[in-house]
Amino acid sequence: MANVSLEKVGKTYDRHQVISDLSITIRDGECFTFLGPSGCGKTVILRLIAGFEHLTAGEIFIGDRLVSSVEKDVHIPPEARKIGVVFQDYAVWPHKTVYENVVYPLQMQKIPAAEAKKRTMAAVEQVNLGSLENRLPFQLSGGQQQRVALARALVSRPEIMLLDEPLSNLDANLREEMRFEITALQKQTGVTILYVTHDQEVALAISDRIAIMDKMGRVRQVGPPDEIYENPADPFVFKFMGISNFIPLDWRDGRLFVGGSDSPLAYPVPADVLDRIRRHELIAGCRPYDIELTHDDSSPTRGTIRRVIYLGSIIDYRVVLGMQEIRVQQDVRDAGQGGIPFRDGDPVGLNFLNLKWFENRGLNEEVES
Amino acid sequence: MIRKLFGNFGIAEILLAVSVLILVIVVAVPILLILWTALFVDGSLNTRDILKVLSQPDTYEALKNSLIIAAGVTFFSTITGVFFAWLVSRTDLPLKETMKVLFLIPFMLPPFIGALAWKMLLSPRAGYINKFLSALFGLDGSLFNIYSLSGIIAVETMYLFPFVFIQVAGALERMDPTLEESARISGAGLLTITRKITIPLMTPSIAAGALLVALYSLAHFGVPAILGTERGIYNIPTKIYEQIYQSGGSFVAIRTGTILSSILLIAAGLILYIQNLVLKAGRFQVIAGKSMRPMLLKLRGLKIPLLLFSILYIFITVILPTATIFLVGSLKTYGISFTLENMSLANLKYILFQWKMTKDAIWNSLYLALGAASVTMIVGTLISYSIVKIKVRGRFILEFLGLLPFSVPGTVIAIGVILMWSGKFGINLYNTAWIIFIAYIARYMAFSLKSNSAALEQVSDSLEEAARACGATHWQSLKDIVIPLIKPGMVAAFFLVFLPALRELTTSILLYGPTTRTIGVAIYALNEDGETVYAATLASVALVIIIIGQLVIKRITRSRIKGI
Repeated sequence: MANVSLEKVGKTYDRHQVISDLSITIRDGECFTFLGPSGCGKTVILRLIAGFEHLTAGEIFIGDRLVSSVEKDVHIPPEARKIGVVFQDYAVWPHKTVYENVVYPLQMQKIPAAEAKKRTMAAVEQVNLGSLENRLPFQLSGGQQQRVALARALVSRPEIMLLDEPLSNLDANLREEMRFEITALQKQTGVTILYVTHDQEVALAISDRIAIMDKMGRVRQVGPPDEIYENPADPFVFKFMGISNFIPLDWRDGRLFVGGSDSPLAYPVPADVLDRIRRHELIAGCRPYDIELTHDDSSPTRGTIRRVIYLGSIIDYRVVLGMQEIRVQQDVRDAGQGGIPFRDGDPVGLNFLNLKWFENRGLNEEVES
Repeated sequence: MIRKLFGNFGIAEILLAVSVLILVIVVAVPILLILWTALFVDGSLNTRDILKVLSQPDTYEALKNSLIIAAGVTFFSTITGVFFAWLVSRTDLPLKETMKVLFLIPFMLPPFIGALAWKMLLSPRAGYINKFLSALFGLDGSLFNIYSLSGIIAVETMYLFPFVFIQVAGALERMDPTLEESARISGAGLLTITRKITIPLMTPSIAAGALLVALYSLAHFGVPAILGTERGIYNIPTKIYEQIYQSGGSFVAIRTGTILSSILLIAAGLILYIQNLVLKAGRFQVIAGKSMRPMLLKLRGLKIPLLLFSILYIFITVILPTATIFLVGSLKTYGISFTLENMSLANLKYILFQWKMTKDAIWNSLYLALGAASVTMIVGTLISYSIVKIKVRGRFILEFLGLLPFSVPGTVIAIGVILMWSGKFGINLYNTAWIIFIAYIARYMAFSLKSNSAALEQVSDSLEEAARACGATHWQSLKDIVIPLIKPGMVAAFFLVFLPALRELTTSILLYGPTTRTIGVAIYALNEDGETVYAATLASVALVIIIIGQLVIKRITRSRIKGI
């Protein structure tokens, strides 16, 4: 097993800079995810590590081995990098049976036939495809084909496994099941996994650490899932990880008001934050479930319900607050026995439970996934 | 620096270099040589000769004929093609699927063999139909004269209309029916819908098919050679042939040929340019990829008459000429009646086993077609791989060079090959089979490229990358993954070249030497010499090989691996 280090890595296609000056180290045995919107260059990073693309700047090490370097003119071809790759479209060879697909890496390594057979069958069992080894890919479902791809990537016991959105072509149930399996496989084998996705949920579920990337190919934050979620480095990360509200605040008459309205804000704001709010440097941010709605006037912050959508386990509201509309979500159980407690047009009081503070700039950055 | 240039020379760079080299030698240089020879003499601009050639009434006449034939064939092919395409895809004509297949058969029949058959049927004096009709109505002269511009146009139309038929039938089937349905909901009748919605949407496909016909008929050799030259009707390709043939291959004649070839090249370029414009303008996103159920016109009382008309059309254009070839080919002498005692297999035995000229021609064609098909299959795979899979700058040049011969007339390719390989550059292949071989490769490379590119585009890049990640080198991934997956495309490419090469006439006629006649040349020569029966016998041999080949192609394309 091995760690992977990227040092000042850059990649340019025909003057179009996709990745620039990226330095990051993926630790031995961890599951590391590059999470970002489509077109952010996360797949390019994976392809650079695999050796399918040539660097235009910097160096890449797998373990102690220098595999790519512009300066030293090194480019170890993919076949010599001891990696396993799982592609978004599975890339299971349609003319080979499951067994032939999985045994192929061992044949390339010239492993003796008897041992190759044993290891192939073990890998096929490991991904729960036992008894299907003689099928051709077109006889398999999407999930089964992805398992073939996993087994094929694992069978040669690679130092690192690169997974490029391997679950995005699967339906929701299968995705969840495969997610567990990937985590389980990593526990069993201890392989270093490098995972690329635009799906926050998958990233949170499987990763030891996540790197959040923006459209420009820059890494915005690296850290464990809970840290990324709870302490986002900037509005971009906050927006990218889920539905988000940003609420500008005004300071008038010695009190805080919701921006552009007469609704005061009742929330304990630390003194240093307050200072910066007064200079219009900070803005408040919160998730939809970090707001409580009340019928009574226990909160001075007042809004109007604009739209109510019942989603089963939660109720989703759009609430007009001052100049803007914010999203509030309520657990159905918290909403009480009487069904949906609010209707369109109802006046409502808002209690903020957990506000985060963000720099004002960079707020208008587009986030798509 | 040297290391930068050569150190990273992997398979990708080698493939690319080899592809470029082959295409430059086989395609680019010969065509440039034509233009160069036409324009320059001893390094200075050769306006005098160009003007001389262009001002000759002969040239002018040939150019005029070429244009008339092309215009006529394009016009009639478009009408025929669109009509039958509409009939089999938008009406409730019975037996539609069968008719669809039948309308493609004229494609497989070599036009010059068709012309040969029609000559036997409709020549003014000896034509069977003319004789029959004259006897029937007690006429003195003959009703039809196939040796005329209209005869040439009629015969070419019979065998070229499938170009339009395929394009239009395909587009009609893939057109989104909701476009027509919404017009119907808005209250439009079927006629209005056809006029205002269907026909405008089909225009790009119709134009694409029509321009292919124009490109082909403008530079077509076979039919005018068989039906025109006898009465002094020449088009540009037959004029070039006549000039070179009469002068015994003198350089002056060849230079005249280059000037005429340049005209053909310019015309072909113009047609391609128009086609590009039409296709670009017609990129409405209305034609879906998959087949849908279109609105069908109920033919009611016309159902059976139209079916009979279609069957009659196929009978007249395909079955009648084919049968004529086979029947005449087994006659003891031309002109006697088709009774059992007048027919035998003796002709067949004679041309297959005894007559050296025809025996040689058959073997030459077999060797040449096998060789050209094998080489174009392998080189075509190589070049397509460079185009489709190796993403390097400049691959569009490869694509252009590879597909260029598709639109370059066979006559032009022959002249280019003569200029390049008759000793000027140290290698003299004139009068050998090799020169024909090279011409075939140039002429048919585009067929192989199209088939191979289509197959390669089906093979996703990740399949190959997966092999690399599994520890396979580039060569190994080609051998284990790519080649097995594109094998059907490669085999199809082989036959797509083998079949037309086997009965090639246009280039061979300009390149053959005393011992290197091909089947096409032999049929043509036999016909010229008045050996009509033997010409027909040899033509029937060619037809049998073509039919077998088509059946093989059909089997291969049906048994493709699933799931690619």
